Amino acid sequence: MEWDGKMGYPPEMRESIKKVEASRPARLHETFPMMSPQEKEEILRRFHPDYIASAFREIRIGPNKGDRTPHELADLLEGRPLIDPDKLDLEQVDYDTDVLVIGGGGAGSAAALLAREQGAKVIIATKLRHGDANTMMAQGGIQAADKENDSPAIHYLDVMGGGHFVNDPDLVEALVRDAPLVIQWLESLGCMFDKEPDGTLITIHGGGTSRKRMHSARDYSGAEIMRTLRDEVRSHPEDITVLEFSPAIELLMDDKGQVAGAVLQNLETGEHLVVRAKATIIATGGSGRLHYQGYPTTNHHGATGDGLVLAYRAGARLAFIDTMQYHPTGAAYPEQILGLLVTEKVRGLGAQVVNVDGEQFVFPRETRDVEASAIIRECVERGKGVRTPTGMVGVWLDSPMIDMIHGPGTIARALPAMVRQFGRFGIDITKEPMLVYPTLHYQNGGVAIRPDGFTGIPGLFVAGEASGGVHGRNRLMGNSLLDVVVFGRRAGRAAGQLAKEVRLGRLTLEHVRAWNQQLAQAGLLETAKPSPQVLPDYTRKIR
Amino acid sequence: MAEELVPVYIMGKRYDVPPGLTIMKAMEYAGYRLVRGVGCRAGFCGACATVYRLAGDYRLRVGLACQTVVEPGMYLAQIPFYPAPRAQYDITQLQPTFGTLVSLYPELLRCLGCGTCTKVCPQELDVKDIMARAMRGDIAGVADKSFDCIMCGMCVSRCPAEEAQYNIFILARRLYGRYIAPRAQHLAKRVQEIEAGLYDQDIQRLKSLSNAELRQLYNTRDIEPE
Repeated sequence: MEWDGKMGYPPEMRESIKKVEASRPARLHETFPMMSPQEKEEILRRFHPDYIASAFREIRIGPNKGDRTPHELADLLEGRPLIDPDKLDLEQVDYDTDVLVIGGGGAGSAAALLAREQGAKVIIATKLRHGDANTMMAQGGIQAADKENDSPAIHYLDVMGGGHFVNDPDLVEALVRDAPLVIQWLESLGCMFDKEPDGTLITIHGGGTSRKRMHSARDYSGAEIMRTLRDEVRSHPEDITVLEFSPAIELLMDDKGQVAGAVLQNLETGEHLVVRAKATIIATGGSGRLHYQGYPTTNHHGATGDGLVLAYRAGARLAFIDTMQYHPTGAAYPEQILGLLVTEKVRGLGAQVVNVDGEQFVFPRETRDVEASAIIRECVERGKGVRTPTGMVGVWLDSPMIDMIHGPGTIARALPAMVRQFGRFGIDITKEPMLVYPTLHYQNGGVAIRPDGFTGIPGLFVAGEASGGVHGRNRLMGNSLLDVVVFGRRAGRAAGQLAKEVRLGRLTLEHVRAWNQQLAQAGLLETAKPSPQVLPDYTRKIR
Repeated sequence: MAEELVPVYIMGKRYDVPPGLTIMKAMEYAGYRLVRGVGCRAGFCGACATVYRLAGDYRLRVGLACQTVVEPGMYLAQIPFYPAPRAQYDITQLQPTFGTLVSLYPELLRCLGCGTCTKVCPQELDVKDIMARAMRGDIAGVADKSFDCIMCGMCVSRCPAEEAQYNIFILARRLYGRYIAPRAQHLAKRVQEIEAGLYDQDIQRLKSLSNAELRQLYNTRDIEPE
């Protein structure tokens, strides 16, 4: 790429890089100590965005009335439905199917495949294209305890500790127990995990792991899983129909109180479509595009939390919606990629986090909530961050160390996506560090589920980031790709089985009418924001 | 800080936008609310392939709208979708051979080796070379060299031989992953152990601990060294 004066680091930032380079030889042999449990609690309380009380409020209606959640999500949960139940003719059914999967990411695709194995006809309805999802963007890896020195029980302990011991134990058990099964399933579908020449899976540490159990596919781990699952879905067009650019905007129920499909809206024509289904799986992912507390996000364009809104109106209970994950290392420079993910694999491979003076200030593999809080403290309280020309602040992630530790060429081999992303802006991460700051990454909570994805509302299942409980108050790296495949499969299997038995009654939108009444009784009907949001709006406000 | 706006031409129509924006953000600045041509916004999904020319330059350039900075006088159009044939197959019924590739994608042999695909790949993959490997039946080579493909379709849009390169590549990667890469023996063993219930007791024991006991165990657990 040609140098044009705008590319690469400006001179002020280069001054700080010199200090990073100067301290590097000594730091190669230094390990910054991990925090004690007390120190962790203290730093979270003082610096983690979840503890900024003014960013949250109580929800005023619905199953979680009285619970706290960020304003942005509360506004949507208390939102006004997009459709008028008196105007939509439910007699005209556009699609009839056994299982409707809402969302075409990793969880939705895995669910569709397993529902099909149960003999179900499946429709995947997705907002953008099949595979436009956070799964596609996950870089670092997927956890599974498949090495000799590891076990599902050790994995269980790491997950519970990372989540602050409030995770749903039954869900965690399902997660860690299925993990090796899921890796084997993906391997059999042709997923190219990183392996030694003898087939041994290459595994490294992630934040909060006690064993090296992070499997990867270079730093396109999620993309490799997503495109493999998508290709497998495309191999079964006779059983699985994919409707793209067709987000669900409301669930349908029947007169027996069962969830019975959804109303979709074609984003290009505006047309409403009625899909009747014997079982419905919400796999709509997270909500980073709501930009809680004004944070930039790593999430894909459609991550607006729609599934939470739909499930909530149908009576499902949400769990852990007062905690979001801020990934410690979002790009802070250049401006064009602000907030985009710099994979935790960079730290997993040995890169340290250092301040403006080239000093370490935190163990690089603390759990994400603790690591992010330490970076915020370094910049905000201690004033030891690096300022960019546009006024952003960040700390250095010292990537060149990786080649010094593991040998030249490691970065190019293990982190091609990161090399490419920074290279496009004139930064060579094999020679120069990356400037990073926490970025909104993950919705720790979501719809409460049982280990088979069942929500307690007849006919309704949830899987993946839209669900809540398995990660408690903080998810570990590599447990989200795992979550989407484990619970996608489980929900798909359960929904496929259920569809064999269910007898649907008459379709209704009574629950929407009831919701509107609740809004009116609470005096919210006039001010309620239309929801689900469906898409973010980044257009400049034009006249 | 007031910056001078720069002119860009979105599908031929002029808009003045702040310098330094990506093409995607420039379109949003201009007033577009994107549905097509937008996906992950981070260079991983291939939704936002864009072709453009610069004033006074005959060359056709390509970039991902989310990763490419606008330049003054840029004439651009997004290619959010381009038709590409995908063969039907059941991965469990295939063999990892040249014969499989060419029977599913007979047009593979029409490749002229012109290199247009390589010139337009926004991931800077050597697509021509990967196609040559496919024609030699080097499935492992195709899998390795095409790994960073984001399936944006730019190669397909420009190919005079009407190939569907990215679909051939994912087939090769799946064949490699399933049939050629050695299976992980330790994984197969662990799966057997789990299915035999070998770890159920350990997990039940952890589940039965009090919160304090679990914390104690966690805080004193041994951590595998680097």
